[in-house]
Amino acid sequence: MMTAVLAITTGHVAIAVVIGLAAGVMAGLFGVGGGILFVPVLTLALGLEQHHAQATSLLAILPTVAVGAWRQQRYGNVRWKPSLVLGIAGIAGILAGGFLAESLPGSVLRRLFGALLLLTAAQLVWRARKRA
Amino acid sequence: MRLVGIGLAAGFFGALFGVGGGIVIVPLLIGVAGFATRVAMATSLAAIGLIALEGVIFYGAHGDLRPIEAVVLGVPAAAGAVIGTAVQQRLANRTLSLAFAVLLVGVAIRLFV
Repeated sequence: MMTAVLAITTGHVAIAVVIGLAAGVMAGLFGVGGGILFVPVLTLALGLEQHHAQATSLLAILPTVAVGAWRQQRYGNVRWKPSLVLGIAGIAGILAGGFLAESLPGSVLRRLFGALLLLTAAQLVWRARKRA
Repeated sequence: MRLVGIGLAAGFFGALFGVGGGIVIVPLLIGVAGFATRVAMATSLAAIGLIALEGVIFYGAHGDLRPIEAVVLGVPAAAGAVIGTAVQQRLANRTLSLAFAVLLVGVAIRLFV
């Protein structure tokens, strides 16, 4: 722990703070957690091993979404009951996804998921255009 | 119930690919559950809070958490979330949907390379 802390320079911490702020803006703007940015910063700038980075990313997401959800509550946009259902149903999904991740080749899965996101993006654009 | 399915999918893909549940929750709340974009994004934040807490408990039991690094990122990110949610209130649902689609494409590219 001590050696890990000592190995991090002030510059690395400054980078982490700036990207952390950017991740928070993105999280608030789009309703995501910010983990997309947290994990690479933790591994590349702060030198954490992948498993530690993924775990620590989740810990950093907590204050981010807590503040974000609190602000959105003030703006009157949060539907608490659906969020509770989503959060509880997520437990089973996490267990299933975690076990599958161990048993299948990651590179194939990444590409499949990437393709799914591209399809989702296309659908969002199509809906937004239709509504206009 | 559709929400249970969305929660399952969010946890599943989140654990499988190490991406946040939000990238799965937001488009499903809009497309499957019929939420307005801004409401979907706000509700997603609250749901991610629970999902992240479950993950923290799971990883915490394995001793993988690094609290100092989490504070270095999490505190400025919490400040950023105040800015992000404030900016979001000024944007139209349609603009938000299109910008979110750009984010999805960006993440997809990262998954491919």
